[in-house]
Amino acid sequence: MIKFFLMVNKQGQTRLSKYYEHVEISKRTLLETEVIKSCLSRSNEQCSFIEFKDFKLIYRQYAALFIVVGVNDTENEMAIYEFIHNFVEVLDEYFSRVSELDIMFNLDKVHIILDEMVLNGCIVETNRARILAPLLILDKMSES
Amino acid sequence: MEAVNLLSSNRYTEKQIGYLFISVLVNSNSELIRLINNAIKNDLASRNPTFMGLALHCIANVGSREMAEAFAGEIPKILVAGDTMDSVKQSAALCLLRLYRTSPDLVPMGDWTSRVVHLLNDQHLGVVTAATSLITTLAQKNPEEFKTSVSLAVSRLSRIVTSASTDLQDYTYYFVPAPWLSVKLLRLLQCYPPPEDPAVRGRLTECLETILNKAQEPPKSKKVQHSNAKNAVLFEAISLIIHHDSEPSLLVRACGQLGQFLQHRETNLRYLALESMCALAGSEFSHDAVKTHIDTVINALKTERDVSVRQRAVDLLYAMCDRSNAQQIVAEMLSYLETADYSIREEIVLKVAILAEKYAVDYTWYVDTILNLIRIAGDYVSEEVWYRVIQIVINRDDVQGYAAKTVFEALQAPACHENLVKVGGYILGEFGNLIAGDPRSSPLIQFHLLHSKFHLCSVPTRALLLSTYIKFVNLFPEVKTTIQDVLRSDSQLKNADVELQQRAVEYLRLSTVASTDILATVLEEMPPFPERESSILAKLKKKKGPNTVTDLEEAKRERSADVNGGPEPAPASAASTPSPSADLLGLGAAPPAPAGPPPSSGGLLVDVFSDSPSAVAPLAPGSEDNFARFVCKNNGVLFENQLLQIGLKSEFRQNLGRMFIFYGNKTSTQFLNFTPTLICSDDLQMNLSLQTKPVDPTVDGGAQVQQVVNIECVSDFTEAPVLNIQFRYGGTFQNVSVKLPITLNKFFQPTEMASQDFFQRWKQLSNPQQEVQNIFKAKHPMDTEITKAKIIGFGSALLEEVDPNPANFVGAGIIHTRTTQIGCLLRLEPNLQAQMYRLTLRTSKETVSQRLCELLSVFLHLCCVSSFPCCK
Repeated sequence: MIKFFLMVNKQGQTRLSKYYEHVEISKRTLLETEVIKSCLSRSNEQCSFIEFKDFKLIYRQYAALFIVVGVNDTENEMAIYEFIHNFVEVLDEYFSRVSELDIMFNLDKVHIILDEMVLNGCIVETNRARILAPLLILDKMSES
Repeated sequence: MEAVNLLSSNRYTEKQIGYLFISVLVNSNSELIRLINNAIKNDLASRNPTFMGLALHCIANVGSREMAEAFAGEIPKILVAGDTMDSVKQSAALCLLRLYRTSPDLVPMGDWTSRVVHLLNDQHLGVVTAATSLITTLAQKNPEEFKTSVSLAVSRLSRIVTSASTDLQDYTYYFVPAPWLSVKLLRLLQCYPPPEDPAVRGRLTECLETILNKAQEPPKSKKVQHSNAKNAVLFEAISLIIHHDSEPSLLVRACGQLGQFLQHRETNLRYLALESMCALAGSEFSHDAVKTHIDTVINALKTERDVSVRQRAVDLLYAMCDRSNAQQIVAEMLSYLETADYSIREEIVLKVAILAEKYAVDYTWYVDTILNLIRIAGDYVSEEVWYRVIQIVINRDDVQGYAAKTVFEALQAPACHENLVKVGGYILGEFGNLIAGDPRSSPLIQFHLLHSKFHLCSVPTRALLLSTYIKFVNLFPEVKTTIQDVLRSDSQLKNADVELQQRAVEYLRLSTVASTDILATVLEEMPPFPERESSILAKLKKKKGPNTVTDLEEAKRERSADVNGGPEPAPASAASTPSPSADLLGLGAAPPAPAGPPPSSGGLLVDVFSDSPSAVAPLAPGSEDNFARFVCKNNGVLFENQLLQIGLKSEFRQNLGRMFIFYGNKTSTQFLNFTPTLICSDDLQMNLSLQTKPVDPTVDGGAQVQQVVNIECVSDFTEAPVLNIQFRYGGTFQNVSVKLPITLNKFFQPTEMASQDFFQRWKQLSNPQQEVQNIFKAKHPMDTEITKAKIIGFGSALLEEVDPNPANFVGAGIIHTRTTQIGCLLRLEPNLQAQMYRLTLRTSKETVSQRLCELLSVFLHLCCVSSFPCCK
């Protein structure tokens, strides 16, 4: 099960965080700093899976942004790794060449996309068209 | 609050935002929760799929207990109803999963379980994915209910895997069909053992083979995502193959595939390959295949830049170690230890210690390895490790001389670790005489070597060294004066630490006062240690967590047919190795002759306990006499021997009784695994009900523990229960049995009655079976008062003026049982000339008469005057 999903930039600022297992708000910042510290200290040649406390971190770097997913040991690491990429591709399609600013200014939409894909810590939908369908309808409604 | 208001609006956008807010930020704030629940309920009932979807999302992500209570009944219905939209079904499935995880008791297993399994066949792959996640978790708790899902999952999986790339259009990710769904289905299959149905099994094997084949084919796309997705499915398939552990061909193929990955460019793949291989190494079919890759792994260990990959390589080396490559692997691990991260050093130390011990053919190699270990990573060598090496050196004669020599040489290094001083001190103290012949290691030199390190050490080490010095006094009289000077010096005798001071004073005195014989006895060599489970293994298990190590160890235990056979599955004793000085000066416990080899041949450490602990010892001698004494006595000592004293205190009321059994440890050593059990034969169990509370299994020296036994007399009984006590004292096993004096007369209550009543009843019980008579010789002088006292002590009421003959004794009473009450009448007629008694007992039940007569006769016959305290 996925415990949390984070998008953090290189300076340590959290751009998006979603927790699937309840963590106290005060503890969240601490957790995020520790996580980003361990990810930043890795070089290119090291593998993308880190063992952290009692779960595993799977991270992927896209330009200045790190996407980190914390899982427990029931999940296949490679699958999650690809899932991160899938998520980025969905964002890419919706925002047409997504950047960090896009995420900052459209946080609610990013949340909606993430909610469509992951529910209760399980990957539920990976089909790009199906994920974006409700969002596109929403956009159409607000335009008209 | 605003967010909750938004929830109740009708516009989708506002609702969306409201739910989003709540799912991100909610906690168990009670006011809001109720309002939120209400809003959700409305949405669920609204039948509008979008609203329902939102509501379900919220429940799934938040899922608190109150929500579970509110919605647990409805959601399964939504899930399996035919008319719900697919997206709603998806959400409902995962919602249910969440509620099940938080409160499994509130989600009842109804008839919807079979329909959930059917969801696996749905067209919409999103629904299938959600359903698979749900079933995986549910199946772990109730595997029986979801067994049918296995065949469905297999068929679905094969359809996906063999599909052409155009079939599953939207779900094909870089030319890999539905990778996440495949992974999930494979995980679901891991919950179950391999399918018994041959058709299903054949399909599954085909499927797995296809996946393995695809990995070999040239990639359809250059992109890394394609290969990543493909590999994700591949790794999951390999986990399934390992889990099933039934098809050797698949296992070997998987192993080959992983071997290829070990040298792949991408670090991720290398990491995952090492991890999967660790699991493979445990399986018997592929163990040999895994071993062929040992060179690659060792290379990885040396050259990998990533510390987590190196860690996996170490784990894999540990897993694939066996007799053939043990020396190589241990050497590699030792060299890695020199450069390893501090955080993982302790674990590696423990692993090296375990491997070295397990696969040591030649124990000199073992001693070398451990000493090297201490040299390289002394700080991380925990106590268990060096206790173990000392245990082994003491138990094995052939390696003692070598150990002494090696330790001596190691100590000569300019900077040596404190643990090395400890080990060195102990071994030289025991076996220094073996190398004393060589002029380079004469006793004086040995002493100076150790003493030079004395001031650098901490208090426990110094204490150990002091013990070594006194052992030297015994072994080498020529250094006695030197050592006495050291002990006499103020820094010892007036040392701030109490332990050191005490030792110095006592040893000094011992060396001056005791003659050589006494000294030799006191300071005799340590006897061989009894075999226990390696506490090192227990420590490793604790460190790593139960998953990793136990699986490997258990798999290996089944595989290896060593005489040594790996650690016994007995409970670990946490560092209860006797400390060197305690046993040494324990003059009470006589040390057995140490020179002989360990008890059984075949060389390796063998369990000293060959008798099975469950056999009950025969009754201890003298227990019959004690038993008889207790017929009318309720308090006293039931049994005593050199080690144990058992005392009793009991009280009875009508048909119930309570007995306190006191177990006293007469020695100064602890009793371990102390288990008293009450044994009743089957008939007895029906008639007498005994309840006890368990007793603490460790009894300290000189301590007394108490056990309470609650007794109820169901019906009359003749036998007595047996109390069997088993415990471990020192290294030996003790088994004691005594009869527990619970007899029928304990439930005897005296009743007063007048003469006519007595004779009336006497005539009523005129049936020959109801009467039992016994004539016996009086053993002791027939004193009236004493006899009267005895009858009262027996439990009966003594009736005066009833019998026409004043010399006769007449008594009456009632035996209380749970079911009935039995009246008893007795008459004792003494014959002073013949010094004989005639005892007549009449009761309404034959067996009771019999038993009471027996008891009373024994009692009257046996008890001598002085030992009978007339109290009940």
